[in-house]
Amino acid sequence: MQSKLREILASIGVFLNKGKNPYWVTLVMIAGSFVLVYVSPRSIPAFLLFAVSAALPYFLKMKGSLKLAFAVLIAIVLVPILGARNIFYLEVIFQIAVFAALALGLNIVVGFSGLLNFGYMAFYAVGAYLWGFFGSQQPFLLHAIPGTVPPGTPFFLAPDWFYLFIFLGIIAAAIVGLILGLPVLRVRGDYLAVITLGFGEIVRQLANNLDKPLNLTNGPQGITPIQKPSLPPDVVHFFNMIFQPLVGRRVTVDQLYNILFYLLALIVVIVVIIVTYRLDDSRIGRAWTAIREDELAAGAMGIPSNKLKLGAFAVGASFAGAMGVLFAASRTFVSPESFTFLQSVSVLTMVILGGIGSIRGVIIGAAVVIILNLQILQSFSLFLAQLRQSDAMIPIINFHWKDLSNQLDPSKYQRLVFGIILILMMIYRPAGILPAERRKRELKGEAAVEEAVVVSADGANSGTNGESGTDSNAAAKGHGEGNGNA
Amino acid sequence: MPDSGYILDARSVVKRFGGLTAVNKVDFAMEKGRIYSIIGPNGAGKTTFFNTISGLYKPEEGSIVFNGQSIQGMAPEKITALRVARTFQNIRLFGSMTVIENILVGAHTRLKQTAIDTLLRSKAFKDEERNAEKRAEEIMEYVGLKNVGNELAASLPYGGQRRVEIARALASEPILLLLDEPTAGMNPSESEDAMHLFRRIRDELGVTILLIEHDMKVVMSISERITVMDHGEKIAEGGPVEIASNPRVIEAYLGRGATSGEGAGSAAKLSKLSGQGGEA
Repeated sequence: MQSKLREILASIGVFLNKGKNPYWVTLVMIAGSFVLVYVSPRSIPAFLLFAVSAALPYFLKMKGSLKLAFAVLIAIVLVPILGARNIFYLEVIFQIAVFAALALGLNIVVGFSGLLNFGYMAFYAVGAYLWGFFGSQQPFLLHAIPGTVPPGTPFFLAPDWFYLFIFLGIIAAAIVGLILGLPVLRVRGDYLAVITLGFGEIVRQLANNLDKPLNLTNGPQGITPIQKPSLPPDVVHFFNMIFQPLVGRRVTVDQLYNILFYLLALIVVIVVIIVTYRLDDSRIGRAWTAIREDELAAGAMGIPSNKLKLGAFAVGASFAGAMGVLFAASRTFVSPESFTFLQSVSVLTMVILGGIGSIRGVIIGAAVVIILNLQILQSFSLFLAQLRQSDAMIPIINFHWKDLSNQLDPSKYQRLVFGIILILMMIYRPAGILPAERRKRELKGEAAVEEAVVVSADGANSGTNGESGTDSNAAAKGHGEGNGNA
Repeated sequence: MPDSGYILDARSVVKRFGGLTAVNKVDFAMEKGRIYSIIGPNGAGKTTFFNTISGLYKPEEGSIVFNGQSIQGMAPEKITALRVARTFQNIRLFGSMTVIENILVGAHTRLKQTAIDTLLRSKAFKDEERNAEKRAEEIMEYVGLKNVGNELAASLPYGGQRRVEIARALASEPILLLLDEPTAGMNPSESEDAMHLFRRIRDELGVTILLIEHDMKVVMSISERITVMDHGEKIAEGGPVEIASNPRVIEAYLGRGATSGEGAGSAAKLSKLSGQGGEA
């Protein structure tokens, strides 16, 4: 049964990649799904179809330049049009971009270097509170009673400082990453997980309680309003000149802000992807993986593991810092609630679900989790709510939908759904949706490169579990185990 | 430190683990371009001594001078940067990386690329990566690895993994190579190949080699000088013939009865051990 399914899938794959098929299929799929979403902006199947179509160019065989052309067309033209018609899509894609960047950052720490981190949201909080503080009236409210704003308090900085603060957010988060890294260098494995967990809570509690003696964070109420970068009327006008006929109506400033943040998040995530790829395929990335695989042997190869671990923490944190600034501005509000342990676990879930150490995997992981959360489960809840309000009933057992308990709303048990998904993944596909692959090099005298090497489940597991073993091996002084390796 | 003329000069090195003295006042000196061995029964402290040289352990007492520079207590990565490379008794490859990547990790200290180069993909970066890859391929060929560059290291058979370990060590362009039981688990013909490879590394690359070995056939045929350790102490030192007939060595290996028998400290007896050595 399973092999038959695999056969069918394989033959579909062959068909899709034959001759000019990739181009036609992609074109038809994108155009078709675009029209569907355009016509019925609220339909979730249509949106999912569009999402799948948008991913097609990446997975099918076609010229690199054409892939890029498709990507640009989708990102700059199609998505803004659809987004202007239904702002919710932009929200979904914005969140996917934000969490993809976070997951990629965490992937450097957990996936590449094998350092478990349960407090990753702390770095996101650093970025968010950085702009939250300087981009609001907060610097003038240091001595005010938390929650009160004297009338006429000006903003501390002009809105367009926001752009500079994206970079400052990167630096600030990287510094905090280094600070966390220092004590963490002394511990491994489970202990590391506990320390990072504690660190994440410390940052959240600081945000919660730093409203006294100086009101830095405004405590649990959070800081608001936070400024967005300016969007002059000329820009709005210009955008409408081009897009009004396509969208079908005038786009307001608020809607344009959504598009702006979508584009900013897109830029950040693209930079993050490029940085991650380049680091991975270099001396630094190889050293990270070597540390993950066997820290002792890595040291013997001349790799200064402390320095590289700190680097991994700093780089991973910096991605979160940039996105934190973006998040604060887009929401105009930050509060400690956004940076809970559960959020850190969510990002970790994306990494594990997508494929630890796999760049495209964690992006897919982020997309799957967000779409599942924001769209599928949400809309299913909505559907149940509608049923409840109707007079419909299930025949035979005479069950009235209106008697259905509220507790059965899928959005209420999304954690349960994720739990089940994760368990199934760990059993049937432990390396993730798109497992990490090692780059195949073109080596002289070697057989032609056919497909990339897939890291086996064992390999991926040894990344997280292998570390404690390393130590005991090193400490073993006897020679007895010499031949036990075969 | 006075320059002793030795490439490696360890003086009265002591390494303790709690109450156990694993290495007790061991003196060990090595001339450049030679192949030396350290032998001894299980638990004699050979690997511990190795680990103090390569920096994994910090010795409590004594001095270790490599190439005119004091290295005791230095971090392993710094010692590697000074061109000391090693392999491990129980193979420690980076299993989920490809063979060529393992070798490139070995070349870590020889690459100069900075984070900025890496992010900008400068010409210097690309050239260096290309050269390193080419060099890694040459090393693979040198140690006799064919068509496995893109295989995961963990997927290689045992003998192949041993070769990758040696290739990885060579990638750091060492002048001193420490091999910890490199032929353990090999059959006689594989051991023969390995010995041939070690000789070539010494003769062609000028690398000084220090081995820990159990296989007496290997030890006796390749070593120019042998140091014998037992209970953390150096009990004998000398050429192969000398060592094979040394009563203290035979006692350490075979127990007191063997020597009291008829002074039968012969090379023949020791060479019998070679069979055991392979499975020890």
